[in-house]
Amino acid sequence: MIRSLIYSITFHSILVILTILSLPFMLRDPIDLPPIVSVELIQISDETSIPFAPKARKIIEETKKKEERLVSEQAPPAAKAKEKPDRIPLPEEKKEKKQIIKKKQNPEEIKPEIRQASEFEKKKIIDTNQIAALIDKAKEEEVVKQKKIDKITQSSRKNSFATGLTLSQEDALRAQIFGCWSVPLGLPYNENLLVRIKLELKKDGTIMKSEILDHQRMNRPGQKFYKVLAESALRAVRLCQPLKVPPTGYDKWKELQLNFNPTEMLKG
Amino acid sequence: MKKLIFILIINILSINKSFALIEIDITRGNLDPLPIAVSPLHVDIKSENYNGIKIKSLGEDISEIIENNFRSTGLFNPLKKEAFVQKPDIAHLKPRFEDWRLIKAQALVSGKLLIKNGKLKVEFRLWDLAAAKEMTALAFTTTPSNWRRVAHIISDKIYERLTGEEGYFDTRIIYVAESGPKNLRIKKLAIMDQDGANTKYLTLGNELVLTPRFNPTNQMVTYMSYFRNMPRVYLLDIETGTQEVVGNFPGMTFAPRFSPDGKKIVMSFAKDGNSDIYTMDLDTRLVERITDHSSIDTSPSFSPDGKFIAFNSDRSGLQQIYVMRSDGSEVKRVTFGNGIYGTPVWSPRGDLIAFTKMRKGKFYIGVMRTDGTGERLLTENYYQEAPSWSPNGRVLVFYRETKSGTKGEGFSAKLWSIDITGYNERRLQTETDASDPSWSSLLSK
Repeated sequence: MIRSLIYSITFHSILVILTILSLPFMLRDPIDLPPIVSVELIQISDETSIPFAPKARKIIEETKKKEERLVSEQAPPAAKAKEKPDRIPLPEEKKEKKQIIKKKQNPEEIKPEIRQASEFEKKKIIDTNQIAALIDKAKEEEVVKQKKIDKITQSSRKNSFATGLTLSQEDALRAQIFGCWSVPLGLPYNENLLVRIKLELKKDGTIMKSEILDHQRMNRPGQKFYKVLAESALRAVRLCQPLKVPPTGYDKWKELQLNFNPTEMLKG
Repeated sequence: MKKLIFILIINILSINKSFALIEIDITRGNLDPLPIAVSPLHVDIKSENYNGIKIKSLGEDISEIIENNFRSTGLFNPLKKEAFVQKPDIAHLKPRFEDWRLIKAQALVSGKLLIKNGKLKVEFRLWDLAAAKEMTALAFTTTPSNWRRVAHIISDKIYERLTGEEGYFDTRIIYVAESGPKNLRIKKLAIMDQDGANTKYLTLGNELVLTPRFNPTNQMVTYMSYFRNMPRVYLLDIETGTQEVVGNFPGMTFAPRFSPDGKKIVMSFAKDGNSDIYTMDLDTRLVERITDHSSIDTSPSFSPDGKFIAFNSDRSGLQQIYVMRSDGSEVKRVTFGNGIYGTPVWSPRGDLIAFTKMRKGKFYIGVMRTDGTGERLLTENYYQEAPSWSPNGRVLVFYRETKSGTKGEGFSAKLWSIDITGYNERRLQTETDASDPSWSSLLSK
């Protein structure tokens, strides 16, 4: 009986010590002095990061453990194809200008009575009620547009409990990339054009490695639009660096995946 | 038991290493045009003089045309040359990327040219400045007098590389040049480059000409002209200047347009107050009646695959747009909105139909899906009509008449373009008043 009790106490003690030692907050880096933060207006939604207050932190950590999904669920990062050395094809293309020869006219008399047969009869109507209606309509459209933008902001937000960034941190990062990404406006809105980029970051937010997760698609025939979008997304992250990452929790965000999806914007 | 404990310990130790990969969805970006630097092309010192061409400024002239083309799209923002740090003679070799990034450029166009033995050779490179790598590089050889076309072709190649869709700069627009008072209007066929340069008049103005339309496969044009007070459809070969009447109909023929393969013409034929749609095979001259209805059917336009025809008809009372199979079967009304719809034109991409709409005394140019859904009115004005698509289906050119006098007397007709997003409305410069534009396909295809 005593022997079993000793075994039990010993193993439980080991477990408790190991648990304490391995909890994330025990490994957290000491808090550095925060870097100079530039002021940026960020739209913050009704959701806040209040649950991350110290008292609630333990509860959230427990929830997080339950909800964590394995990294292996992600598509395996494909090997990056070697870029072809820059080569400059110099095809000799002859461009012959096409000569325009003036046509001789038939000496037919002009018939002034013949006027262009328009599909519509022109009407000179200035309707003030209609102008007022148009102004009202424009206002309504503006409100609808604003609602739509808000909706997009909300829907594009993933559950920050799962991501390891607070909503404000995630918003700051998202807002930074919004500003850097020049969306190619000629893209079709009805094609599946989701570009996923995996980033490996340094502690200061500069990019160590960037990888397009479906980069083989770029070189497939008929995927010009995907290639253009992927290149624009890569340009955006490069222009944005150093990314506005939190001063702490490097282990959580040293690898990031950005999903660029312009569909909502292109639909207008 | 020991194994279980071991697994338990390993699991506990690995807890803090197994954070899920953070995913962030980026669904918005900025809509500002892409900042691009177009460095003047470097003129090789071995270049020889060529009749009528200012060789020293040729590099700058070409880059200016490229800049103007880009600016007109609304998708690019060519940066001012005063801000450039690197000179063209160095830039065309290997740009100092950091210098160009300093002025907020995201892409750079550099190149050089040489005129030797009566030939102009132009090379250009497009650089991705953020990635510090070359995106494309090409060279062209041509007669020096073609230098404007070379600039347009370079613009097309860069546009295609940066947007994924075909360019539309090496194209022409045919239109009706108008002059004189409204009741005694002289109308000539005229053709110009899409940027308004190189205007040429194809007729002298003795006859009234209307609705010129390009063949989508070559430089043939069909148009309508009056012969003895009777409108007839003509075919004109721009390259040879020869023209002929299409068919010998007893009544009026009007609103002609080519089929996508250029082998047929679809048009309206009117007799006794009723008009229907007909096609004519240009090789065999066989005429086929497509619609047979007591209403007025006109303005037919083929879909790019040739399987359907869009047209307008007043069979439901008001004039609306209908779509049918190219043999005339399965006629389906596609517009149900308030107002009158006309001049349907199928996009070369096949996804949209452009149209003119009249409602409460205002004219609108709009686009909709081919089933009539998703109607978007792009522009509104006192009077405007006749939309024509750029070959890549991204831009529409149309004409607009405006009242020039305070009391509404007099008017002026000009060509305008607008892209399918409804932004970037621009007036095309023409020497005279202009109407009924039609955009050609790419000349260098």
